[in-house]
Amino acid sequence: MKDAFGLPQSLLVLGGTSEIALATARRLVARRTRTVWLAGRPSSALEQSAADLRALGADVRTVAFDALATESHETVLGKVFAEGDIDMVLLAFGVLGDQAHDEREPLDAVRVAQTNYTGAVSAGLVSARALQAQGHGSLVVLSSVAGERARRSNFIYGSSKAGLDAFAQGLGDALHGTGVHVMVVRPGFVRTKMTAGLPEAPLATTPEEVATAVELGLRRRSETVWVPGVLRWVMSALRHVPREVFRRLPL
Amino acid sequence: MSAETVSVTGWGRTAPTAARLIRPRTYEEAVAAVRDCGARGGIPRGLGRAYGDAAQNAGGAVLDMTALDRVHVIDADSGIVLCDAGVSLHRLMRVLLPLGWFVPVTPGTRHVTVGGAIGADIHGKNHHVSGSFSRHVLSFELLTADGEIRAVSRGTPLFDATTGGMGLTGVILTATVQLQPVQTSLMSVDTERARDLDDLMARLSATDDYYRYSVAWIDLLARGASTGRAVLTRGEHAPLDALGTRARRDPLAFRPAQLPAPPAVLPEGLLNRRTVGWFNELWYRKAPRARTGQLQKLSTFFHPLDGVPHWNRVYGRGGFVQYQFVVPYGREDTLRRVVRRLSERRCPSFLAVLKRFGDADPGWLSFPLPGWTLALDIPAGLPGLGALLDGLDEEVAAAGGRVYLAKDSRLRPELLAAMYPRLDDFRALRAELDPRGAFVSDLSRRLDL
Repeated sequence: MKDAFGLPQSLLVLGGTSEIALATARRLVARRTRTVWLAGRPSSALEQSAADLRALGADVRTVAFDALATESHETVLGKVFAEGDIDMVLLAFGVLGDQAHDEREPLDAVRVAQTNYTGAVSAGLVSARALQAQGHGSLVVLSSVAGERARRSNFIYGSSKAGLDAFAQGLGDALHGTGVHVMVVRPGFVRTKMTAGLPEAPLATTPEEVATAVELGLRRRSETVWVPGVLRWVMSALRHVPREVFRRLPL
Repeated sequence: MSAETVSVTGWGRTAPTAARLIRPRTYEEAVAAVRDCGARGGIPRGLGRAYGDAAQNAGGAVLDMTALDRVHVIDADSGIVLCDAGVSLHRLMRVLLPLGWFVPVTPGTRHVTVGGAIGADIHGKNHHVSGSFSRHVLSFELLTADGEIRAVSRGTPLFDATTGGMGLTGVILTATVQLQPVQTSLMSVDTERARDLDDLMARLSATDDYYRYSVAWIDLLARGASTGRAVLTRGEHAPLDALGTRARRDPLAFRPAQLPAPPAVLPEGLLNRRTVGWFNELWYRKAPRARTGQLQKLSTFFHPLDGVPHWNRVYGRGGFVQYQFVVPYGREDTLRRVVRRLSERRCPSFLAVLKRFGDADPGWLSFPLPGWTLALDIPAGLPGLGALLDGLDEEVAAAGGRVYLAKDSRLRPELLAAMYPRLDDFRALRAELDPRGAFVSDLSRRLDL
């Protein structure tokens, strides 16, 4: 169960090698979390992530999960929920893609969209139903500021996050009053292996800062969390910049 | 019997979860509700005054017992009442006071049910004299997981598991309680101030035994030399001859005052260090340095907050946690350290409450033990609060103390066995009595009770 500060005792990470997810898991294990499920494609990286969390004292199990294999989500996640209550699901899988390449190779672009959006719709709905049945829990969805307004430089990724973000918001409204809390987290540029080699955007942040914001959001039962918080205001301004001007901004 | 899915919280309004709320109107409906409570079980609930998650059951059933509220038999000569568990102490006072009887133990609110009083094994300002509520319970009827109704009497394992058992052994349907005789409905109250914690502890230790009721309100925002400054309030039921001629015409009148409730939505952070600091300063200053024999209404003395319905709203949407612990006599060092840490952290706590417990009662998970108990409310949104309280838990457990489950919403499960040495007996009895887990609550899931 969650405690009075919204801290979970059990955590399911969808996308078990995500650096942001692991930073969040480390932080939560240091607080109340004792059981962690890491769901992801079987790999040495997934096992290493599990070992790292075990070293912190958590009971960690891995489960084979593929965001693209949507037909398997019901079975795979059903097994996890059958083992006991999950207080928090962290939906953290996603791919950035290579914008220039993906523009030339529509099939690769579709893969980005299917992972980030279709996969999340499926896993999100399956998780939401299980959480609703247990009458409590948080579904924390890692969105991105890139979904707030599509940019020339990464609109394929951005549009998939836009879809995910809208989906998660709607799901949050649908689950309002069911005891289930949906929280959309919108980080800006996060320094991870996913963004390694990319030119750093202003207000860049770290997985640890995202983890801190997630913990605060859980305590406040927030519906939307921006990391860093000032991005809320920056993005609400950018949203209203005319396209003519937006196009020319060095973003 | 109606059932609807609702969001449920404790009095502290933290950690809401959804459950089917079932309101049995007859014993048969209660039996049916327990038999059909489903895979995620059920938990009885009274008036919802437990601060944490003791009367919540996510995804399962919550049995609202307040419709079963008949007072069956009052023996006005011996002061024994047989009533449904859903009867509130408020109602008992209204019925019993005109007959010259008072409830044997009352917490800071009258709006708790008899069933809740037994399940949490509540204590009051008279614990050092009268023990906890269960000491005055002669027997009760318990609806257990198999759908049977058992008569449970004192001295049996089921009695000791249920008193303080947080509703997890079954649903109490009726109880027989020994009452306390009173001549009037007024209290004769002595008030004095203590300038710091040591002064307060000395005053309480020296004179506690002379008073049936005794409590101290501490200003936890006071620092430095006045850390732990407090107002002591001690009292006794006023005898008839203490009343003036006018009051003597209706010596057993019970007319508690009621103020309007705060609005349903209040801004966050209304209770901050500054506002609470002002309040505490005022409260301390307004208390007389020493006054004796002041006549007060029962409700003013015992239940000052009951005059404001829904007072828990003043903590805003984020709610609040109540922290109550006890440390045994001889471990005053721990108490001093905890008070100092709370004062240093400037917890915006309304007057915290300190009192001395007397002998413990045999309930396996009953909270009181002979020692000092401190209770305080803190807004849940205070940054770093979780870590602070975790640290205090460690000190309390190391000193042989414990925290109160009826108020808990955040204890680390690892510390529970150290705090409650009979936890394994409790678990074993539950495993035998309720193998399919018909009774379960968010509290029991969180702490693995």
